[in-house]
Amino acid sequence: MARTVRNAATGEASVTRYLLRRIGLAIATLWILSVIVFFAGQVLPGDPGRAVLGPFASRIAVRSFDHQIGVDRPLVTQYLSWVGGLLHGNMGISYSFRTPVEPIIVTALGNSAKLAALALVIIIPLGIAGGVLAALYTGRAIDRTISLSGLAASTVPEFVSGIVVIIVFGVALKILPYPTGSLAGLSVPSQLDHLILPVIPLVLVLFGYIARMARAGTIEALDSDYARTAVLKGLPRSVVIRRHILRNSLLPTITVIATQTGYLIGGLVVVEQLFNYQGIGRQILSAASSKDFPMLEAGILTIGIVYMVATLIADVLYTVLNPRLRVGVSG
Amino acid sequence: MTATPDVAASPGQVPVAHGLAAPPAPWRLLLRKPTFLIGTAVLVFWVVCAIFGRSIAPHDPLAQSLLARNSPPSGAHPFGVDSIGRDVLSRVIVGARDILLISPLATLLGTVLGTVLGLVMGYFGGIVDTLIGRVVEAVLALPVVIVAFLFIVAVGPSPLTLIVVIGFIFTPLIARTVRTAVLVEGQQDYLASARLLGERPGYIMFAEILPNVLPVIVVEFTVRLGYAIFAVATLSFLGFGVQQPTPDWGGDIAANYGLLGAGYWWETLFAALAIASLVMALNLVTDAIEQVISS
Repeated sequence: MARTVRNAATGEASVTRYLLRRIGLAIATLWILSVIVFFAGQVLPGDPGRAVLGPFASRIAVRSFDHQIGVDRPLVTQYLSWVGGLLHGNMGISYSFRTPVEPIIVTALGNSAKLAALALVIIIPLGIAGGVLAALYTGRAIDRTISLSGLAASTVPEFVSGIVVIIVFGVALKILPYPTGSLAGLSVPSQLDHLILPVIPLVLVLFGYIARMARAGTIEALDSDYARTAVLKGLPRSVVIRRHILRNSLLPTITVIATQTGYLIGGLVVVEQLFNYQGIGRQILSAASSKDFPMLEAGILTIGIVYMVATLIADVLYTVLNPRLRVGVSG
Repeated sequence: MTATPDVAASPGQVPVAHGLAAPPAPWRLLLRKPTFLIGTAVLVFWVVCAIFGRSIAPHDPLAQSLLARNSPPSGAHPFGVDSIGRDVLSRVIVGARDILLISPLATLLGTVLGTVLGLVMGYFGGIVDTLIGRVVEAVLALPVVIVAFLFIVAVGPSPLTLIVVIGFIFTPLIARTVRTAVLVEGQQDYLASARLLGERPGYIMFAEILPNVLPVIVVEFTVRLGYAIFAVATLSFLGFGVQQPTPDWGGDIAANYGLLGAGYWWETLFAALAIASLVMALNLVTDAIEQVISS
């Protein structure tokens, strides 16, 4: 009895240590990202004054513009003032819009979040159901169909499946709106209506991964001693699956969903571009082409933070939910 | 994707023992798989288009017939004409070239660098392994899209940039797989005897270990090739790859999708189907190879 208590205590201490280390790592990575983003922005060919004022502006006008926005200062000074501004919630002034960057980024991020949330709400139950179903019929026709179609769907780029769904539902059948455009001022059902088409490519790409993970986890659980024991002691199959198999097989699925955040972000960039949807991916792309550094840097850093937080939450969930890991994280 | 015996579901089922006689050669097993045959046929088709595209194509893929702009599929132009009057069929055929050149080269670069890195990490272990491991971890901590995006924005878009960026992004991923395979090999007796014979680390790594981890590397290469095609097509669509007017599936879709709302579906659909058929074919082949190797 005393032994179990001590184990639990060291287990908790090691969880705390693990989480602290994990948060530290996330902050360090974020700092590295800020350095990379800032200096990659400097390598960008072309000078911001020239890019903003156009090829016919006089050299003096360009130089005074550069001085005004501060890009003629030493790089380290620029970096420090940029990071200092960020810590105070000031992301700078957009070169193209001549207005503060934050409101634009916040609106764009909100739009992207709507799209991502709808995609996740659809894909998580669908992927898990598909994977569990495939695992329960391992090697049979249902399994081969789900596995192969999942594989096929996850390898087709989002813009390719996007083109096909636009042509079928938006152009030929005309039952769903295209292009998506802005959702501002639309009612919730109408917003959903606009989001269905762009969500389909995201769902297709993620389905394969999530289904594959859920399948592997379920097969492993089905193969385990406790599942055999549960069957042998006479529990009905549905109870075994619900109470013993699913609880264990869904755990790896949670982590895989989080590791897919990066792919989801990449997918958002592409889908927003294809559907002309005003999300953060599209904002970054247009900032890159118009050399709007403050917007570009803020956008990429925002995505980096979102990604970091998502993976952090996944790791924490995984640690908290998995009793085996809870004791074994001393490393 | 081997069929694992399903204990809980069917306790009475006995796994069929295969190979009572000598097991047939792996490539014979491959030829028996319909998925492999279909996949290979489609791949061969696109490779032929990539090599002989200019001679197969019915029209010059760059020639613009301005009077025929946006005309739908017809006898003279089976896939229609795009927004600046170019024959879509010819552009789809010739467009196979760049993606089929860039993707394998990028994957090859990543595989070679990743293999060397993985061998070194797995063989030497210790501080070398830890150090490289940290760097790999740091690279993987950033979303891949962001890394690729920053690099391409900084260097400027071109096919060579695509090869280098995708190759570098694949390197740590492949290194991780190779390292694990090398660690497994490290337990084998032949390595102990090679060390006792006093062979040099370079010789042991490349002449003794490499041939034994080669199947792992082959599978990794084919899997990564699929991702490379995905990435090349996507980056071209975003404008970071092959530049217009060179025929390219992703680039052509980017140039014409704005007119989808007007109903000009043929200008993008066929390039989209070409990309889909290429990645699906490749994955059918990869899936079959994986099944044969793991059985």
